[in-house]
Amino acid sequence: MQVDKPISPVPSGSLSPIAYRLDPTCGVPTYLQLVQQVEHALRLGYLKPGDQLPKVREVVADLAINPNTVLKAYRDLEHKGLASGRPGQGTFVTGTLSQAGLPEIAGLRRTLRAWLVDSADAGLDEAGMVALFSSTLRDFRERRDDTDPDAAPTQFDTIAGGAA
Amino acid sequence: MNILETSDLGRRCGADWALRDCTLAVPEGHLVALVGPNGAGKTTLLNIAVGLTAPTEGAITVLGDIPVGSPEALDRIAFVAQDMPLYRNLSVTDMLHLTRNLNHMFDIAYARDRLDDLAVAQKRKIGKLSGGQRAQLALTLALARHPRLLVLDEPTASLDPVARHDFMATVVTAMTDDGISVILSSHVLAELERVADYLVLLTQGAVRLHGVVDDLLRQHLLVTGPAGTPADPRWHMLESREAGAQQILLVRVDSPPGTPLPVQWEARPVGVEELALAYLRESTNYTRPVSVEATP
Repeated sequence: MQVDKPISPVPSGSLSPIAYRLDPTCGVPTYLQLVQQVEHALRLGYLKPGDQLPKVREVVADLAINPNTVLKAYRDLEHKGLASGRPGQGTFVTGTLSQAGLPEIAGLRRTLRAWLVDSADAGLDEAGMVALFSSTLRDFRERRDDTDPDAAPTQFDTIAGGAA
Repeated sequence: MNILETSDLGRRCGADWALRDCTLAVPEGHLVALVGPNGAGKTTLLNIAVGLTAPTEGAITVLGDIPVGSPEALDRIAFVAQDMPLYRNLSVTDMLHLTRNLNHMFDIAYARDRLDDLAVAQKRKIGKLSGGQRAQLALTLALARHPRLLVLDEPTASLDPVARHDFMATVVTAMTDDGISVILSSHVLAELERVADYLVLLTQGAVRLHGVVDDLLRQHLLVTGPAGTPADPRWHMLESREAGAQQILLVRVDSPPGTPLPVQWEARPVGVEELALAYLRESTNYTRPVSVEATP
């Protein structure tokens, strides 16, 4: 989750609602950073089906990266059913990743913010919150994978609540 | 098609070998990074590939089966040497005319458009341009010949970070637009991580590692385990560090991907820079070859 919002100023003349940026320090391969930024934008509703992804030439000129890297990212997105290339035109979004509607997401964001306030009050700093969240998420995932799927949310609530 | 194919290529400088036993087959469509410390033989290999130096032994062809130095090869390969050779007392316009008259094919309209895009004043003397603009001019002169292969020797060594970014952006844009292949040498490993998708690593005149970057990264792992635990016999150890309770190894894995690790070991993928450093260190520590590099 090293990206929060992949919207930096869109290069002039670009037809895409998003632009990419790279984090040279995060250790994630470049092509995967592009894939993750598209997925992130899909989850948060910045991209929807029919939208155009930045053209390979734009990305290459903007970030000075190898065109094969961008092509690899777009192939990966096509493979996942999230985008498809139209010859001579570019690559367009065909899938979606938002599992909940915008009102639900807004509601969840409010709950999460309340949790963050509680955590800050309890003395956790940002790194502490991230660590607690990721470890709880891992726990949640593992338990959901190998036991009763309904028990998992309770586990999540208990641990998150207990810490706050 | 292979843009560069060599077998047992070598070049002797006096009593020493600047390059030896170099066997490579580099496919087209890549940006190839030629990496190695000073005096590793990078410039020697590039000079042989563009036809400026004759090999002492071995064979080399470029762009399919074209012999190096042939008129056909000269027309299809553009080369920018390390010191960006330009006439500093000429204006940019005069340099364009000169280059057009010295070359078979030279697209002067393309060159002018590109220089306009880069806001290079064409009336100015070349000596008055900034380092970044001079580099862009040298690159433009090379690209205006519409080569199939662009060869760059340490192109960004003297550039500041912004000029370096802009220079590389021009190179990768030409790759995208015209489908050219690029070979560039550098010892700045960090900047190659983003641009190169094929790696050739040279030390002391010999090729230590070469291949498509993704494949190389798949074949190597950084594994961490408790101190004293035996390593997997299928690992080829490149680097090992022990810190009290832990040992950290950089290994080449010959088993197929997805093979489970031994108990108590954790793995994470390596980056290009880490990998190249490990091979550079390994060759200085353990396998010092008999031949010693001649100073250029």
